[in-house]
Amino acid sequence: MIVLRLALQSLRARWLTALLSVLAIAFSVMLLLGVEKVRNGARQSFADTISGTDLIVGARSGGVQLLLYSVFRIGNATNNVTWKSYQDIAAHPDVEWIVPLSLGDSHKGYRVLGTNQDYFKHYRFRGDQPLELAQGEVFDDLFDAVIGSEVARQLGYKVGDKIVIGHGLGSVSFLDHANKPFRVSGILEKTGTPVDRTVHVSLGAIEAIHIDWQQGAPVPGQSVSADEVRQMELKPQAITAALIGLKSRLAVFRVQRAINEYRQEPLLAILPGASLQELWELVHVAETALAVVSAMVVATAILGMVTMILTTLNERRREMAILRSVGARPATVMGLLATEAGVLTLAGVILGTVLLYVGLFFARPIVDRLYGLNLPVSAPTSWELTTLSAIVVAGLIAGLGPAILAYRRSLADGMTVRV
Amino acid sequence: MDGVHFTWPGRPRFSLSIDRFAVGAGDRLLLLGPSGGGKSTLLSLLAGIVKPQRGGITILGTDITKLTGPARDRFRAEHFGIIFQMFNLLPYGTVIDNVLLPLSFSKKRRANVKQSSSPAKEAARLLTHLGLSPDEVASHRASSLSVGQQQRVAAARALIGGPELIIADEPTSSLDRGHQREFLDLLFGDIAKAGATLIMVSHDETLADNFTHVSRLEDFATMERGAR
Repeated sequence: MIVLRLALQSLRARWLTALLSVLAIAFSVMLLLGVEKVRNGARQSFADTISGTDLIVGARSGGVQLLLYSVFRIGNATNNVTWKSYQDIAAHPDVEWIVPLSLGDSHKGYRVLGTNQDYFKHYRFRGDQPLELAQGEVFDDLFDAVIGSEVARQLGYKVGDKIVIGHGLGSVSFLDHANKPFRVSGILEKTGTPVDRTVHVSLGAIEAIHIDWQQGAPVPGQSVSADEVRQMELKPQAITAALIGLKSRLAVFRVQRAINEYRQEPLLAILPGASLQELWELVHVAETALAVVSAMVVATAILGMVTMILTTLNERRREMAILRSVGARPATVMGLLATEAGVLTLAGVILGTVLLYVGLFFARPIVDRLYGLNLPVSAPTSWELTTLSAIVVAGLIAGLGPAILAYRRSLADGMTVRV
Repeated sequence: MDGVHFTWPGRPRFSLSIDRFAVGAGDRLLLLGPSGGGKSTLLSLLAGIVKPQRGGITILGTDITKLTGPARDRFRAEHFGIIFQMFNLLPYGTVIDNVLLPLSFSKKRRANVKQSSSPAKEAARLLTHLGLSPDEVASHRASSLSVGQQQRVAAARALIGGPELIIADEPTSSLDRGHQREFLDLLFGDIAKAGATLIMVSHDETLADNFTHVSRLEDFATMERGAR
């Protein structure tokens, strides 16, 4: 006990260097765990965004691309799906429901999605949760819009407010559809998905705001007013993509093949889960790189600690000689040094974990707001616990280096106490 | 010590050979020799910190050259009290912890202490006897003591638990003459009471009259120091 107490006192006498080593390890552990948390959070957020949809259909491109633009509002569609094709797919006997998605316009940087009321009925996220309205109701009139919670919060919209949809996807639109303003009819509950950042309007409205446009620009002198549009029969020409629910999941590959082999138009049907998997494989390299970098930071911190122990070794020769003289075994002397390294690493690991959770607790709302990334404050996973234990063991082993050196020196010093 | 030959690992040019060297139980031996004359090496051999390449060292009936490393460490913990020239104490530890340190390595010395009193009381007794006031110094850090006080604490540490052999490597050379005398008197008193054997090395011949025996290292040991 006295030996242990003396070892702790020895550490306390060098508290500043010891503290710095602990901090270095703590920060490196924070980084390592943080990267892992963000990675898992991102995966979970993506996986949570869509569920209950069996197939996604779009113009033929890449599966990942289709998934990204149709569900995550990332990137753009290269081509559209004609209304005729949409109707043909809807008529397929295995299809239970189909929801059209029409993208391409925006409102102050938030994407505008043209769809129909079925969207609110069939869209599911995070397990099997349906979309709920926080206020108001689903669009009913041609110029009604249902906005996501973030759109409402950031832009301060209430039910009944008028909004103007800009053409294209920039946050500042030089062309807009000012002659056909929309009324906010409902605001959705927060979902933690891209839905929060979307303005939903009816498919007809997308047609309506473009009725007096040709080739991406308004035709001069041909302005059609909102009331005139209401009188017209609006039939969509094309949509961007569609979500499909099947009567039986067993039919999924049959329907997928049918769509992929559709003759009138090159189409692509994807299984959301499979494409998500493809996406993970794509980003896996980046994830690995991040993990390697953080592991190297941890290794650097441990090296720093070993350096600290090594530099104090000279002044501790006295300690070694005294302990040896009173009968301490070499193993005891080495054990003390290795234990010191272990204790420092353990302290660093614990401190780093605590700091991470505290940081996570405070950063969570900000990250959620800025990046739509939900980082759950959850207990460490078994992977994390294993990694943390591995770091402590690595610290112990790294401490053996100076320990062996100290022992060799104490042998060479014999009975003389050097300073 | 019989036919002992020793060279430091990594320093092959230096060697110490001792044909025969014996100390009787209860003796107080002063070992004289010039600085750098192999005295410290001899003590290292006696304490079993290093092992000779040839020869036998029999202490209290045990040939320590036949023991394994850990067994020699245990032997040292049980039977030796060692006082260095200076820097005897762990500077950040308290005085009391420094004194009690040997007890955590030796069962026998722990038992010896517990037979008559408790470790804390025994440490206090030794400190008092060596002229330190335990109430004043016990909980102080060792580094806050003067050199003379530190040497006394080191003596208390060497004596605690009644080891049979006390080895002192120029324990008084860092003290002024007045304190040297006082320190040795106190040390001798305690050693005599415990019935221990003292082997002290020094280059200072004026200390000789306090000892029962005086030897010169060069009389029984040959040292070689190769040209550099």
